[in-house]
Amino acid sequence: MQATSETFEDLRKDFPILNRRVRDDKKLVYLDNAATTQKPNQVIDAITNYYKNHNSNIHRAVHALAEESTEAFEATRDKVAKFLNVKDSREIVFIRGTTEGINLVSYAWGRDNVKEGDIIVTTEYEHHSNIVPWQLLTQEKKAQLKYIDIDNNGELIMEQLDDYLNTGKVKLVTFSHMSNVLGTISPVKEIISKCRSAGVKVLIDGAQSVPHMKVDLTDLDSDFYVFSGHKMLGPTGVGVLWAKKEILEKMSPFLAGGDMIREVHKYETTWNDLPYKFEAGTPNIADVIGFAKAIEYLEKIGMDNIRNHELELTKYALEKMKKIPGITLYGTKEPEKRGGVISFNFNDVHPHDVGTIIDKEGVAIRSGHHCAQVLMEKLNVAATNRASFYIYNTKEEIDVLISSLQHVAKVFKL
Amino acid sequence: MSGDPIYTEMIIEYSRNPSNYGKLENPQITRHDSNPLCGDSIDLYLNINDNRISDVKFDGKGCAICMACSSVLTEMIKGKDLSDVKKFQKDELLSELGLEHLIKTSPVRIKCALLSLKALKYGIYSYFAEKMNDIESAGNLKEEASNLY
Repeated sequence: MQATSETFEDLRKDFPILNRRVRDDKKLVYLDNAATTQKPNQVIDAITNYYKNHNSNIHRAVHALAEESTEAFEATRDKVAKFLNVKDSREIVFIRGTTEGINLVSYAWGRDNVKEGDIIVTTEYEHHSNIVPWQLLTQEKKAQLKYIDIDNNGELIMEQLDDYLNTGKVKLVTFSHMSNVLGTISPVKEIISKCRSAGVKVLIDGAQSVPHMKVDLTDLDSDFYVFSGHKMLGPTGVGVLWAKKEILEKMSPFLAGGDMIREVHKYETTWNDLPYKFEAGTPNIADVIGFAKAIEYLEKIGMDNIRNHELELTKYALEKMKKIPGITLYGTKEPEKRGGVISFNFNDVHPHDVGTIIDKEGVAIRSGHHCAQVLMEKLNVAATNRASFYIYNTKEEIDVLISSLQHVAKVFKL
Repeated sequence: MSGDPIYTEMIIEYSRNPSNYGKLENPQITRHDSNPLCGDSIDLYLNINDNRISDVKFDGKGCAICMACSSVLTEMIKGKDLSDVKKFQKDELLSELGLEHLIKTSPVRIKCALLSLKALKYGIYSYFAEKMNDIESAGNLKEEASNLY
């Protein structure tokens, strides 16, 4: 499908919240999509419809509702697999979100495979969710946590990865496909190929990539990949862990309880097949079913079209912002190397003050450390402002962002 | 944007030129506190002589509201008797800067406004407990600090 800016403009009608007025009757300009995206009617209606017409627990009872719910739930698993070009949908594990996925791997895989003296490698631009679980694991195991630093352009210094791999002690390299602060797209294939040669496992945090670009997991060939549904039009509380079947089969369970068991006796239990071994308890059925509609919606537009739309918005915004005196932009200057995320500071005005002042104009951005304090330390700032784009954003909205920054200048007499 | 309910002349001025900004040499009390969500982070330094706050400074990074409130708080407590300081309430600080409305309008930004007061209450709580053996005041201060926002 050839998508034009009119196509993208047109799909705004599917998002009721975008008609909202906020504060002093200002039109909402929602630019906090890296935190969570808005939901189209298709997703909202699917959840309502599920509760109105099909609500039931899954995988157990034989009645009509249970069958319908189970079918819709499992159909979503197949849809996710197809969306990511995963051949076997048993490799798709539903979880609450990226954070839970990384914790699942650090707990269930990490505790069996990481020993004293081993090294886990992460990067300076990770979200806390890809740092803290590894701190806990390496502290417990007396292993070491190492960082690939970033250069002045906000890109990973790949020689450091080589040095770590050369020690022969690395068990896992874990990094985000795209930085949630700088927007930098990691050299995923290069990292994976280096790790393959060294026999090292790879985990990719796809929270910021799967919503915005075509991701083909068969082609990438990592070992683990995790992401969240709510950053890609889906409901909160749904995420996906993908891992190769042979790894999942060998892994110990994470949470224990219903649905993850085959047979339970007084003192021993055998585990259920994949993926159910990792889906203890009643899952988030309604939201998983709603998530299917989010994927359908994105597929209809086409992931390459989405990437191009965001690239265009990012170029436009960067051009405009560069011209504002007192703006500091973080991350690479080459738009092709980044996603639709722009972190910036405005003179010495604290990002919270910027956020509050432009919020009065209806502009929603994120101010703070973005759960990336290691990166903030590196950039030597307490916080940044972050504008992040999605399919429904327009150039006109970026103009509103730019003019709202002039209010900040006025208030702070810059 | 004249008449902005938050960014008054006074707040902007204090954020540009905070009062009592810096470190004390060998302070008797040092208290660090931060707001994990927004990243405001300050250190409060206090010296106490004859049960009076003989000197006070603060430093750190924060938004305009945080800097202005920390400045005004240090101005208000400098030279004051500890028996008065322990009774100091958030309304006194907020009204000094015309920010009382934040309690109702902005549960997020109120944390910026009250961070320094939280540091103060926690800072003098152990002084009351250890140096003055006033367990009751110490207990009250600790409870007030933890319930401030």
